[in-house]
Amino acid sequence: MAKASKARDLMKNEINASSMADIAFLLLIFFLVTTTVAEDKGITVKLPPWSEEEAEELKLKSRNVYSVLVNAQNQLLVRNQPMDINDLRDNAKEFIMNPSGRPDLAEKPTRAIISLKNDRGTNYRTYLEVYNELKGAYNELWNELCQRKYGKDYSDELPFAVRKSIQDEIPLVLSEAEPTSFGEEK
Amino acid sequence: MSKFSKKRSGTSPSISTASLPDIIFILLFFFMVVTVMRTAELKVRVFTPYVTELTKLEEKSLVNYLYIGRPIQKFQALYGTKPRLQLGDKFAELNEIPLFLEKHRVKVPESKRPRITSSLRVDGDVTMGIVQDTKTQLRKSGQLKVNYSAKKKVDSERF
Repeated sequence: MAKASKARDLMKNEINASSMADIAFLLLIFFLVTTTVAEDKGITVKLPPWSEEEAEELKLKSRNVYSVLVNAQNQLLVRNQPMDINDLRDNAKEFIMNPSGRPDLAEKPTRAIISLKNDRGTNYRTYLEVYNELKGAYNELWNELCQRKYGKDYSDELPFAVRKSIQDEIPLVLSEAEPTSFGEEK
Repeated sequence: MSKFSKKRSGTSPSISTASLPDIIFILLFFFMVVTVMRTAELKVRVFTPYVTELTKLEEKSLVNYLYIGRPIQKFQALYGTKPRLQLGDKFAELNEIPLFLEKHRVKVPESKRPRITSSLRVDGDVTMGIVQDTKTQLRKSGQLKVNYSAKKKVDSERF
Protein backbone atom coordinates (compact mmCIF):
# COMPACT_ATOMS: atom_id res chain seq x y z
CA MET A 1 0.00 0.00 0.00
CA ALA A 2 2.71 2.38 0.96
CA LYS A 3 4.46 1.68 -2.25
CA ALA A 4 1.42 2.55 -4.32
CA SER A 5 0.82 5.86 -2.60
CA LYS A 6 4.43 6.71 -3.02
CA ALA A 7 4.19 6.04 -6.69
CA ARG A 8 1.22 8.37 -6.92
CA ASP A 9 3.19 11.10 -5.22
CA LEU A 10 5.96 10.73 -7.67
CA MET A 11 3.64 11.05 -10.66
CA LYS A 12 3.45 14.48 -12.09
CA ASN A 13 -0.08 15.72 -11.43
CA GLU A 14 -0.65 17.40 -14.73
CA ILE A 15 -3.61 17.10 -17.04
CA ASN A 16 -2.70 16.42 -20.59
CA ALA A 17 -3.95 19.50 -22.43
CA SER A 18 -3.05 18.42 -25.92
CA SER A 19 -6.62 17.45 -26.70
CA MET A 20 -7.90 20.84 -25.59
CA ALA A 21 -7.26 22.25 -29.03
CA ASP A 22 -9.30 19.49 -30.61
CA ILE A 23 -12.21 20.09 -28.29
CA ALA A 24 -12.09 23.81 -28.97
CA PHE A 25 -11.92 23.06 -32.69
CA LEU A 26 -15.06 20.95 -32.54
CA LEU A 27 -16.94 23.73 -30.77
CA LEU A 28 -15.57 26.26 -33.21
CA ILE A 29 -16.71 24.26 -36.20
CA PHE A 30 -20.15 23.84 -34.66
CA PHE A 31 -20.54 27.59 -34.27
CA LEU A 32 -19.11 28.24 -37.71
CA VAL A 33 -21.78 26.05 -39.23
CA THR A 34 -24.71 27.42 -37.25
CA THR A 35 -23.71 31.07 -37.60
CA THR A 36 -25.77 33.43 -39.63
CA VAL A 37 -24.32 36.87 -39.28
CA ALA A 38 -27.07 38.99 -37.85
CA GLU A 39 -28.54 41.56 -40.18
CA ASP A 40 -30.75 43.01 -37.51
CA LYS A 41 -30.73 46.48 -38.87
CA GLY A 42 -33.33 48.52 -40.56
CA ILE A 43 -35.43 51.63 -40.60
CA THR A 44 -37.39 51.93 -37.38
CA VAL A 45 -40.73 53.62 -37.67
CA LYS A 46 -43.55 54.30 -35.29
CA LEU A 47 -46.93 53.49 -36.78
CA PRO A 48 -49.91 55.63 -35.84
CA PRO A 49 -52.45 53.93 -33.55
CA TRP A 50 -55.46 52.44 -35.28
CA SER A 51 -58.77 54.14 -34.84
CA GLU A 52 -62.07 53.21 -36.38
CA GLU A 53 -63.25 56.78 -36.56
CA GLU A 54 -62.63 58.89 -39.56
CA ALA A 55 -59.66 61.12 -39.01
CA GLU A 56 -60.77 64.71 -38.73
CA GLU A 57 -59.67 66.93 -41.52
CA LEU A 58 -56.85 69.19 -40.59
CA LYS A 59 -56.56 72.50 -42.27
CA LEU A 60 -52.93 72.99 -43.14
CA LYS A 61 -51.33 75.70 -45.12
CA SER A 62 -50.19 74.14 -48.33
CA ARG A 63 -46.77 75.78 -47.98
CA ASN A 64 -46.13 73.64 -44.90
CA VAL A 65 -47.00 70.34 -46.52
CA TYR A 66 -44.42 68.40 -48.47
CA SER A 67 -46.42 65.83 -50.32
CA VAL A 68 -44.65 62.86 -51.81
CA LEU A 69 -46.52 60.47 -54.04
CA VAL A 70 -45.09 57.22 -55.31
CA ASN A 71 -47.18 55.60 -57.98
CA ALA A 72 -47.42 52.03 -59.18
CA GLN A 73 -44.79 52.72 -61.82
CA ASN A 74 -42.42 53.75 -59.02
CA GLN A 75 -42.39 57.35 -60.17
CA LEU A 76 -42.19 60.21 -57.75
CA LEU A 77 -44.42 63.23 -57.61
CA VAL A 78 -43.21 65.76 -55.08
CA ARG A 79 -45.44 68.81 -54.55
CA ASN A 80 -47.01 68.15 -57.93
CA GLN A 81 -43.66 68.04 -59.68
CA PRO A 82 -42.07 64.86 -60.97
CA MET A 83 -38.75 64.29 -59.27
CA ASP A 84 -35.82 61.96 -59.36
CA ILE A 85 -35.19 60.09 -56.12
CA ASN A 86 -31.60 61.35 -56.00
CA ASP A 87 -32.82 64.93 -55.64
CA LEU A 88 -35.35 64.13 -52.95
CA ARG A 89 -33.10 64.44 -49.94
CA ASP A 90 -31.67 67.85 -50.74
CA ASN A 91 -35.04 69.13 -51.86
CA ALA A 92 -36.68 67.96 -48.62
CA LYS A 93 -33.92 69.58 -46.58
CA GLU A 94 -34.43 72.85 -48.36
CA PHE A 95 -38.16 72.62 -47.79
CA ILE A 96 -37.85 71.97 -44.06
CA MET A 97 -35.28 74.63 -43.26
CA ASN A 98 -36.28 77.17 -45.91
CA PRO A 99 -32.96 78.99 -45.60
CA SER A 100 -33.78 81.73 -48.08
CA GLY A 101 -37.25 82.39 -46.63
CA ARG A 102 -39.14 81.54 -49.76
CA PRO A 103 -42.91 81.97 -49.47
CA ASP A 104 -43.70 78.54 -50.94
CA LEU A 105 -41.61 76.51 -48.49
CA ALA A 106 -42.23 75.69 -44.83
CA GLU A 107 -42.75 78.62 -42.45
CA LYS A 108 -40.40 77.05 -39.95
CA PRO A 109 -39.12 73.53 -39.31
CA THR A 110 -41.66 72.88 -36.56
CA ARG A 111 -44.52 73.51 -38.93
CA ALA A 112 -43.23 71.30 -41.72
CA ILE A 113 -45.19 68.15 -42.41
CA ILE A 114 -44.20 65.42 -44.80
CA SER A 115 -47.01 63.52 -46.37
CA LEU A 116 -46.17 60.23 -48.03
CA LYS A 117 -48.61 58.36 -50.17
CA ASN A 118 -48.15 55.31 -52.31
CA ASP A 119 -50.14 52.93 -54.46
CA ARG A 120 -50.74 49.34 -53.50
CA GLY A 121 -48.78 48.49 -56.61
CA THR A 122 -45.72 50.47 -55.58
CA ASN A 123 -42.58 48.44 -55.32
CA TYR A 124 -41.54 47.94 -51.71
CA ARG A 125 -37.93 48.72 -52.55
CA THR A 126 -38.87 52.09 -54.01
CA TYR A 127 -41.10 52.86 -51.06
CA LEU A 128 -38.32 52.11 -48.61
CA GLU A 129 -35.80 54.12 -50.59
CA VAL A 130 -38.12 57.11 -50.57
CA TYR A 131 -38.70 56.67 -46.87
CA ASN A 132 -34.96 56.39 -46.40
CA GLU A 133 -34.32 59.64 -48.24
CA LEU A 134 -36.88 61.51 -46.14
CA LYS A 135 -35.49 60.08 -42.93
CA GLY A 136 -32.00 60.85 -44.19
CA ALA A 137 -32.95 64.47 -44.79
CA TYR A 138 -33.98 64.77 -41.17
CA ASN A 139 -30.93 62.90 -39.94
CA GLU A 140 -28.66 65.29 -41.80
CA LEU A 141 -30.48 68.30 -40.42
CA TRP A 142 -30.27 66.89 -36.90
CA ASN A 143 -26.58 66.29 -37.39
CA GLU A 144 -26.00 69.86 -38.54
CA LEU A 145 -27.99 71.29 -35.64
CA CYS A 146 -26.29 69.02 -33.16
CA GLN A 147 -22.89 70.01 -34.49
CA ARG A 148 -23.77 73.67 -34.07
CA LYS A 149 -25.16 73.31 -30.57
CA TYR A 150 -23.06 70.58 -29.03
CA GLY A 151 -20.21 70.05 -31.44
CA LYS A 152 -20.95 66.43 -32.18
CA ASP A 153 -23.05 64.27 -34.44
CA TYR A 154 -26.58 63.33 -33.59
CA SER A 155 -26.93 59.73 -32.48
CA ASP A 156 -29.10 57.56 -30.29
CA GLU A 157 -26.34 57.38 -27.70
CA LEU A 158 -26.73 61.03 -26.79
CA PRO A 159 -28.57 61.83 -23.55
CA PHE A 160 -32.32 61.99 -23.83
CA ALA A 161 -32.47 65.70 -23.03
CA VAL A 162 -30.07 66.51 -25.85
CA ARG A 163 -32.03 64.43 -28.33
CA LYS A 164 -35.25 66.03 -27.13
CA SER A 165 -33.91 69.54 -27.63
CA ILE A 166 -32.88 68.66 -31.17
CA GLN A 167 -36.15 66.95 -31.96
CA ASP A 168 -38.14 69.88 -30.58
CA GLU A 169 -36.43 72.22 -32.93
CA ILE A 170 -36.81 70.04 -36.02
CA PRO A 171 -39.54 67.49 -35.34
CA LEU A 172 -40.01 64.67 -37.77
CA VAL A 173 -43.65 64.64 -38.76
CA LEU A 174 -44.28 62.08 -41.44
CA SER A 175 -47.85 61.24 -42.18
CA GLU A 176 -48.67 58.29 -44.34
CA ALA A 177 -51.94 58.33 -46.20
CA GLU A 178 -53.96 55.22 -46.90
CA PRO A 179 -52.65 53.98 -50.24
CA THR A 180 -54.71 54.04 -53.36
CA SER A 181 -55.53 50.56 -54.60
CA PHE A 182 -53.89 50.88 -57.94
CA GLY A 183 -51.65 48.42 -59.67
CA GLU A 184 -52.21 45.72 -57.05
CA GLU A 185 -50.66 42.44 -57.98
CA LYS A 186 -53.19 39.75 -58.79
CA MET B 1 30.19 31.25 -37.78
CA SER B 2 30.66 27.58 -37.36
CA LYS B 3 29.80 27.97 -33.72
CA PHE B 4 26.33 29.27 -34.52
CA SER B 5 25.38 26.60 -36.99
CA LYS B 6 26.49 23.89 -34.65
CA LYS B 7 24.34 25.18 -31.86
CA ARG B 8 21.26 25.44 -34.07
CA SER B 9 21.52 21.92 -35.37
CA GLY B 10 21.88 20.60 -31.87
CA THR B 11 18.42 21.68 -30.67
CA SER B 12 15.36 19.92 -32.00
CA PRO B 13 13.20 22.50 -33.82
CA SER B 14 9.62 22.16 -32.65
CA ILE B 15 7.06 24.91 -32.36
CA SER B 16 5.32 25.02 -29.07
CA THR B 17 1.62 24.33 -29.51
CA ALA B 18 0.78 25.27 -25.95
CA SER B 19 -0.93 28.50 -27.02
CA LEU B 20 -2.95 26.85 -29.78
CA PRO B 21 -5.96 26.15 -27.56
CA ASP B 22 -6.01 29.78 -26.51
CA ILE B 23 -6.03 30.96 -30.09
CA ILE B 24 -8.81 28.58 -30.96
CA PHE B 25 -10.76 29.66 -27.89
CA ILE B 26 -10.56 33.29 -28.95
CA LEU B 27 -11.96 32.35 -32.35
CA LEU B 28 -14.60 30.26 -30.63
CA PHE B 29 -15.72 33.10 -28.39
CA PHE B 30 -15.89 35.42 -31.35
CA PHE B 31 -18.24 33.11 -33.20
CA MET B 32 -20.27 32.41 -30.07
CA VAL B 33 -20.88 36.11 -29.65
CA VAL B 34 -21.86 36.88 -33.24
CA THR B 35 -23.96 33.76 -33.66
CA VAL B 36 -27.68 34.00 -33.94
CA MET B 37 -29.31 30.62 -33.99
CA ARG B 38 -31.44 30.30 -37.03
CA THR B 39 -34.93 30.48 -35.63
CA ALA B 40 -37.03 29.84 -38.65
CA GLU B 41 -36.46 28.23 -41.98
CA LEU B 42 -37.34 30.69 -44.67
CA LYS B 43 -40.10 29.56 -46.98
CA VAL B 44 -40.27 32.82 -48.83
CA ARG B 45 -37.55 34.58 -50.75
CA VAL B 46 -36.48 37.62 -48.77
CA PHE B 47 -33.93 39.94 -50.23
CA THR B 48 -34.13 43.17 -48.29
CA PRO B 49 -33.36 46.51 -49.93
CA TYR B 50 -30.24 48.57 -49.41
CA VAL B 51 -30.65 51.85 -47.55
CA THR B 52 -28.43 54.30 -45.70
CA GLU B 53 -30.33 55.36 -42.57
CA LEU B 54 -30.17 52.27 -40.43
CA THR B 55 -30.91 51.74 -36.80
CA LYS B 56 -29.86 48.64 -34.97
CA LEU B 57 -32.28 46.39 -33.15
CA GLU B 58 -31.22 46.17 -29.55
CA GLU B 59 -32.48 43.13 -27.71
CA LYS B 60 -33.10 40.01 -29.74
CA SER B 61 -35.66 38.63 -27.32
CA LEU B 62 -37.85 41.68 -27.83
CA VAL B 63 -38.08 41.27 -31.57
CA ASN B 64 -40.56 39.24 -33.56
CA TYR B 65 -40.05 38.62 -37.20
CA LEU B 66 -42.56 38.79 -40.02
CA TYR B 67 -41.38 37.66 -43.41
CA ILE B 68 -43.02 38.72 -46.64
CA GLY B 69 -41.94 37.52 -50.04
CA ARG B 70 -42.63 35.11 -52.85
CA PRO B 71 -42.57 31.44 -51.91
CA ILE B 72 -39.30 29.76 -52.79
CA GLN B 73 -39.18 27.32 -55.68
CA LYS B 74 -39.97 24.29 -53.52
CA PHE B 75 -43.33 25.67 -52.44
CA GLN B 76 -44.35 27.33 -55.66
CA ALA B 77 -46.33 24.33 -56.87
CA LEU B 78 -48.44 24.44 -53.75
CA TYR B 79 -48.65 28.14 -52.98
CA GLY B 80 -48.03 29.88 -56.30
CA THR B 81 -45.78 32.86 -56.77
CA LYS B 82 -47.91 35.55 -55.18
CA PRO B 83 -46.18 37.27 -52.24
CA ARG B 84 -47.10 35.69 -48.94
CA LEU B 85 -46.60 36.22 -45.28
CA GLN B 86 -44.56 33.86 -43.16
CA LEU B 87 -44.88 33.83 -39.38
CA GLY B 88 -42.52 31.64 -37.41
CA ASP B 89 -41.72 28.77 -39.73
CA LYS B 90 -44.95 28.47 -41.66
CA PHE B 91 -47.04 30.38 -44.14
CA ALA B 92 -49.77 32.41 -42.53
CA GLU B 93 -52.74 34.55 -43.35
CA LEU B 94 -52.95 38.16 -42.29
CA ASN B 95 -55.56 37.46 -39.62
CA GLU B 96 -53.10 35.21 -37.77
CA ILE B 97 -50.88 38.16 -36.93
CA PRO B 98 -52.61 39.18 -33.64
CA LEU B 99 -52.26 35.66 -32.23
CA PHE B 100 -48.65 35.48 -33.35
CA LEU B 101 -47.87 38.78 -31.61
CA GLU B 102 -49.67 37.69 -28.47
CA LYS B 103 -47.75 34.43 -28.33
CA HIS B 104 -44.50 36.37 -28.44
CA ARG B 105 -45.73 38.99 -25.99
CA VAL B 106 -46.49 36.53 -23.17
CA LYS B 107 -42.91 35.29 -23.26
CA VAL B 108 -41.54 38.77 -22.60
CA PRO B 109 -41.37 40.19 -19.05
CA GLU B 110 -44.10 42.71 -18.47
CA SER B 111 -41.75 45.64 -17.90
CA LYS B 112 -40.16 45.15 -21.29
CA ARG B 113 -43.35 44.76 -23.31
CA PRO B 114 -43.58 48.35 -24.49
CA ARG B 115 -40.21 47.91 -26.18
CA ILE B 116 -41.26 44.96 -28.36
CA THR B 117 -40.40 45.60 -31.98
CA SER B 118 -41.75 43.89 -35.05
CA SER B 119 -39.12 43.35 -37.67
CA LEU B 120 -40.63 43.33 -41.13
CA ARG B 121 -38.37 41.37 -43.41
CA VAL B 122 -39.80 42.17 -46.77
CA ASP B 123 -38.45 41.26 -50.15
CA GLY B 124 -37.59 44.32 -52.21
CA ASP B 125 -39.59 43.11 -55.19
CA VAL B 126 -43.03 42.72 -53.62
CA THR B 127 -45.65 45.40 -54.02
CA MET B 128 -46.89 47.55 -51.17
CA GLY B 129 -50.36 45.96 -51.05
CA ILE B 130 -49.49 43.08 -48.77
CA VAL B 131 -47.08 45.24 -46.75
CA GLN B 132 -49.83 47.77 -46.23
CA ASP B 133 -52.27 45.10 -45.07
CA THR B 134 -49.68 43.78 -42.65
CA LYS B 135 -49.07 47.27 -41.29
CA THR B 136 -52.80 47.75 -40.81
CA GLN B 137 -53.00 44.48 -38.88
CA LEU B 138 -50.06 45.53 -36.71
CA ARG B 139 -51.71 48.84 -35.97
CA LYS B 140 -54.96 47.11 -35.09
CA SER B 141 -53.08 44.84 -32.68
CA GLY B 142 -51.40 47.83 -31.06
CA GLN B 143 -47.94 46.82 -32.23
CA LEU B 144 -46.69 50.20 -33.37
CA LYS B 145 -42.94 49.83 -33.16
CA VAL B 146 -41.86 48.48 -36.50
CA ASN B 147 -38.49 48.03 -38.11
CA TYR B 148 -38.21 47.64 -41.86
CA SER B 149 -35.30 45.28 -42.16
CA ALA B 150 -32.69 46.48 -44.62
CA LYS B 151 -29.04 46.24 -45.45
CA LYS B 152 -26.43 48.94 -45.40
CA LYS B 153 -25.90 50.71 -48.67
CA VAL B 154 -22.45 52.08 -49.29
CA ASP B 155 -23.07 55.39 -50.92
CA SER B 156 -20.02 56.51 -52.83
CA GLU B 157 -21.50 59.80 -53.99
CA ARG B 158 -22.47 61.20 -50.66
CA PHE B 159 -19.42 60.36 -48.65
